[in-house]
Amino acid sequence: MSFSDSVSASMKSGRDFQNRQEKLEKDATMNESDQAKSPKPSSLASVAKSHVSRGNSARRLGTGLEAKGIHAWFGSNHVLADISLDFASGSVTALIGPSGCGKSTFIRTLNRMHEFIPTAAMAGEVLLDGKDIYAPGTDVTKIRLKVGMVFQKPNPFPSMTIGENVLSGLRLAQLKVENKDDLVEECLTRAGLWSEVKDRLGEYGGALSGGQQQRLCIARSLAVSPHVLLMDEPCSALDPGSTLKIEDTIAELSETMTIIIVTHNMQQAARVSDYTAFFLSDGGPGEMVEYGKTSEIFSNPRDTRTENYVTGRFG
Amino acid sequence: MSETKVSRSVPKPSKPWQPSAAERAQSLSVGVLAALASVGLVALTPMKGFLPTVIFFGIFAVLIGFAKGTFTRGSTTGKNNAIGILLGLGTCVALIPIASILETTISRGYKGLHRGLFTKDMSMNTAIDPITEGGLLHALLGSLIMVSIALVIAMPLGILTAIYLTEIKGRFSRPVRFLVQAMSGVPSIVAGLFIMSAIIYPITKSFNGLMGALALSILMIPTIARTAEEVLLLIPNDLREAGVALGGTQWRTVAMVVVPAARSGLITAMILGIARVIGETAPILLVTGGGDAINVNPVEGPMGSLPFYIWKSFFFGTEEATTRGWAGLLVLLVFVLILFTLARTLSRRKVRR
Amino acid sequence: MAITEKPAEGPAIPTRRVITTEPRLSDKVFRGIVTAGGLSSLIILGLIAIFLAYQGYEILVKEGTSFFTSSTWEVITDDVGEVQSYDFGLAAMLVGTVLCALIAVIVAVPVAVASALFMTFYAQGKIKAFLIAVIDLMAAFPSILFGFWGFFILMPKVEYWSLLINKYLGWIPIFSVDAKIFTRSPFLAGLVLAVMIIPITTAVAREVFDQTPLDRIQAAYALGATKWAMIRAVALPYGRGGVVGGAMLGLGRAMGETVAVYTVLNIVYQINWQVLFGAGGNVASLILLKFGEAKPLEIKGLMAAGLALFLLTLLVNLLADFIVARTGKKGR
Repeated sequence: MSFSDSVSASMKSGRDFQNRQEKLEKDATMNESDQAKSPKPSSLASVAKSHVSRGNSARRLGTGLEAKGIHAWFGSNHVLADISLDFASGSVTALIGPSGCGKSTFIRTLNRMHEFIPTAAMAGEVLLDGKDIYAPGTDVTKIRLKVGMVFQKPNPFPSMTIGENVLSGLRLAQLKVENKDDLVEECLTRAGLWSEVKDRLGEYGGALSGGQQQRLCIARSLAVSPHVLLMDEPCSALDPGSTLKIEDTIAELSETMTIIIVTHNMQQAARVSDYTAFFLSDGGPGEMVEYGKTSEIFSNPRDTRTENYVTGRFG
Repeated sequence: MSETKVSRSVPKPSKPWQPSAAERAQSLSVGVLAALASVGLVALTPMKGFLPTVIFFGIFAVLIGFAKGTFTRGSTTGKNNAIGILLGLGTCVALIPIASILETTISRGYKGLHRGLFTKDMSMNTAIDPITEGGLLHALLGSLIMVSIALVIAMPLGILTAIYLTEIKGRFSRPVRFLVQAMSGVPSIVAGLFIMSAIIYPITKSFNGLMGALALSILMIPTIARTAEEVLLLIPNDLREAGVALGGTQWRTVAMVVVPAARSGLITAMILGIARVIGETAPILLVTGGGDAINVNPVEGPMGSLPFYIWKSFFFGTEEATTRGWAGLLVLLVFVLILFTLARTLSRRKVRR
Repeated sequence: MAITEKPAEGPAIPTRRVITTEPRLSDKVFRGIVTAGGLSSLIILGLIAIFLAYQGYEILVKEGTSFFTSSTWEVITDDVGEVQSYDFGLAAMLVGTVLCALIAVIVAVPVAVASALFMTFYAQGKIKAFLIAVIDLMAAFPSILFGFWGFFILMPKVEYWSLLINKYLGWIPIFSVDAKIFTRSPFLAGLVLAVMIIPITTAVAREVFDQTPLDRIQAAYALGATKWAMIRAVALPYGRGGVVGGAMLGLGRAMGETVAVYTVLNIVYQINWQVLFGAGGNVASLILLKFGEAKPLEIKGLMAAGLALFLLTLLVNLLADFIVARTGKKGR
């Protein structure tokens, strides 16, 4: 799919998103009257079960990502052991687990950010569209265009305006696009920020609130049309209102790309993801204990450790 | 039922992002190609010498790196390669003078070293006599004395300034910090003129070692104050709180807790102050002059110093005199090197503690 | 009985107490001493200005603005040694000071920025530690060393280069010369000064680039940027203020240098903009040159010149501090 094709695909999905938002609001007012009669506390399992999985979409980019036998070291410290996961195109996968078990290290091996730490070493393969991204001779900047990343702490570029921030990915990679303004509007709409900033695209990125900055970072990653979007605890520094908006964005984005999200918040994992992987480290390297459909993991986990974690006995 | 665990072998850690041997050879070939091209170009044209070869090597390296990147991956990679090579070349340009200075000083000064260098002075002979006659003892002693006197003045003032900035944080803090920076920019000759105008002309009317020391202290204070301030800021606040919580007055806390904790850092400040002024020539030429005989009395008569000795030797013009000058520069350089290494080892040891 | 109802009040917010302490006598003395010591730099700078002005006052008053605009510097004495007339003008030296310093900055800043970027973002491990050590070492070299190295080693080379530049680029006004004298030119002095200020400027620039926020760097890389694209988008905007501050610091140092310039620059009392031509001078070398044989009257003139130099370098240094403080540490 050429770059301009993917741009127009994302433009169409943005409009669909707005339509769907309106429909959801209408549905919500209808359900409220039902719920007022018998409010029930919702468990993780019920939240996970009510998560709507989208069907196959022809607009999907790429064929997903596969990690095979990933190990990671920092110096002689073995931090990740034998992680193998297959991320299907268009799915949302949540990585959950207690702090320090290697979830962030793992997703950084997926877009080759792990290697920035001087003592880092790894083993295994990561296949993007069937090709190992660590193969010798690979252009790592092209990989990062296809596998985007949103960080825990929002980091828009303060020396650029909001509009320039959105387009920064294109400028950094020297990519050409026909209509810059349309792309800016598009990415900001998909990130759920357009209505709040459309009059002040010329202002500098630092003037926004935390939640707005994070949505700006999401819009920035979208501008280069990645096939996969990695999100490293994107909402942990934000208020619940912004968190909800971003979760809606994730749902819409999964129509066109694969999303992998690391989260400490199990409710969030239950809300947004189709699949969940549970990571654990018992003093040694982090391992992936269990992987499956989110509804299964939260209602009927196979491993006792998973069950202990999701029922809150530890972590 | 016993579970048999299948032991999986752990693969070896690798760094697939490091350039492979093939990639390294490719990068090297860029350099080799550029070298060949530049040598060839210089041979074919009327240009001669080392300089055009080096310049064209740089140009070719940048161009070839750019071309290689553009052909294999695209113009962004090409530009990235070119800039990387350019920055590396820029660093080399910064390093070449250092190498040249070190090489020159050592090769030319070495000839002037002899056993009597540190035990004799120049009172019995002049600079144009053969090298083995006379030495620079008077210069060494003079420099040592002047620097010591300057330290006696500059250390207390510098440390007090640093204490004012970090412990008292009075309302003059911002202006004082600015002023210390401004003072570090005072040209050394102005320091000499100041001593002349403030002390020599109105009061003493004599040129001697003390005047030189006073001028040097002006140049020393900002260095000591800045380094001491950095060092005091590194002392964690817990120490100060512990001292005060024990009922100590502020001055006792500072004198008995903070300053001893910063001891090695303050010594580093002193060493850096010494290194700063030991080679200063201009103020000495103005207010101290310099003798040929050993003079350890700072208030009477001209006092020798290393910079003056070097200065005077070069102005004689003969080969022996020039060699003496280089020898003096070598001694000065060695001093600066020793002081510098000392300061670094001290600060590194402090950090590790 | 009238019941007076008090309106319901919320919990009253208490007024804050003003906390004071009366320091002990020993602390008062301590604070006094330390403050006096801390103000010493203010006092010394003030004294410098006062005394130089006091000594040079006579000359400044008599010469007026021509002190800064005329280029002659001479004292005419009669047979007995009595001074008949004098004329002191700094213009040629001021131009020379600025010219040499500008050449130094133009050469040094690109090299310093390139080295700083290389040391921060390209060099690793031992190479990086070595480079930092070497650059810091060079910053500690005494200026007399640069002066004589410049005279013996650099001068012959620069003479040759000046010849070439004049031959091929002589049509540009600043590269033309009145006579083919290429030794001891502002160009040579500027190069020696450049070599002197590269270490300080590099050190300041490197410190600033080192502090570029890691999250911005990672954001740029995550978007698929090459190293150069990242530097252009993140590091350079962040470090801009610090680099300018470092450059101005170097400028101030270059303006005040005496011995490094004295050996490699001819002093000629004529404003000279031709950088390749062996003439010019700077204020500091003038003072050094004239000092040896100066009569009291001329000394006063030299004091006035020293005052001019002092104020000039003070201004540049304060500007540098201002720029670094305003933009340096925060970036944007």
